[in-house]
Parts: sequence; C-alpha cells; structure tokens
Amino acid sequence: MEDIDGGRGGDKPAGRRPFFRRRKTCPFSGAQAPKIDYKDVKLLQRFISERGKMVPSRITAVSAGKQRLLSQAIKRARFLALLPYLIK
Amino acid sequence: MPFYENIFIARQDVSSAQVEALADIFANIVGEQGGKVTKREHWGLKNLAYRINKNRKGHYVLFNIDAPSAAVKEMERNMGINEDVLRFLTVRVEELEEIPSAMLQSRQRDRDGAPREGGRGGGRDDRDRFRRDRPDRGSEPVVDAEPKPAGEA
Repeated sequence: MEDIDGGRGGDKPAGRRPFFRRRKTCPFSGAQAPKIDYKDVKLLQRFISERGKMVPSRITAVSAGKQRLLSQAIKRARFLALLPYLIK
Repeated sequence: MPFYENIFIARQDVSSAQVEALADIFANIVGEQGGKVTKREHWGLKNLAYRINKNRKGHYVLFNIDAPSAAVKEMERNMGINEDVLRFLTVRVEELEEIPSAMLQSRQRDRDGAPREGGRGGGRDDRDRFRRDRPDRGSEPVVDAEPKPAGEA
C-alpha cells in the first residue's frame, strides 16, 4: 500500500516514502564535471550497457544536451574500434 | 587556420618503426600544404573492439593539426590510398589540447596504479582508495606480530 501512495509525483514528505530516491544530477554539469571526449574510453564505458548499447539518459540522468554530445562521442569511439558496436 | 584532430589505425603486422615512418609521411603532407602538426601521440598496438579487415589489433596514432582544409583533405586522401591504414577519423575541434589525451592519461594511471586527479567520482575510484589503504593496514599487524614471538621466547 505504501509504495502505491509513494509513487512518482506524490505530495507526501520525502522521508516517508519507502522507495524515495534523490533526484540524480547530470554527471557532466558542475564544476568538477569530466569533459566528454571520444578518446576517453573509460568514461564512455560507464554509459553503455553490457551489450554495448548506449544507456538512456533517463537512467543515467545525463542532461539532453550532454546526452547528444555523449552519443556523438560513443559513435566516434565505436568507429575507431575503441568501443564495440555490440557485445555478443 | 582551423584545428583538427586526426586518429588513424595502422595494420597490426607493421612494426612500430614503420608506423613512425607512416606518421612522418602524413605529417609531411600536412606540412607541405602549409599546415602544422602540433602534437603527435603514438598509442601503440591496441586491441580493436571488433575485427577490421581481419585485424584484431592496430597501431593508433593521434595528430593535432592546425592546417587549412585542403591540407587535411590531401592527408585523408593519402590515408585512404595507403594499405597499411585500416581506418582514420578527422574531427574539427574548437581548440587543440596540449596535454596528453585521455587515452595516454589513463594508460599512465594504470601504470602508476594511482587514481587520476580531478574527481572522476565512481565506484572504481573508491575501490582504488581501498586498495591504497590496504598496505598500510596490512603492515600494522606484521609490526604487532613481531614483538609477540619475542615476548614469548
């Protein structure tokens, strides 16, 4: 019962919701944000799934603009065989 | 003149000296056309994420180029002709980075075994920190253990 009440957009105070999760902020905005670079494979790897697909921004909380840059970077890295197109 | 970044991948069978010579050729082409290669990075023989023309590995070379577009076009034309080049990518950038690229930085970090500065907050960094702590913790019991046998004896 509690979780139904505490669904998204509920008016209840945050502390009472059993599955409350703090809204994540975009990992590429802020002072210490890393630069999106197609050469930075380690960084890009955090935004692709185990199958090699890009992870949607609604899960990673990347902002729309940064997601566009990120997807461009991932595609460049794939072309250069730094990242796989798919993992079987 | 606009700035470009170019990466090309050379076949796995060629030696690093040959890759060096190849890079010289392309850099010269840019130079002849009135451009300049401001930085050159050899990433060495790296595993490809997938096979390209039956190659599993390739030599990666990065150029930072400050040159007119005609020079870049001529260089790309030559890369396309050269059979030792598997693939190349030229990207126009707003500014050229002077420091070693992320690829070399991460390589350096792997060698040093120390996390990179600059707050790349993630699980991996945390784990690295634990690993760094462990030797200190590990050494303490050893110090404690030594006097004990001495006391017993």
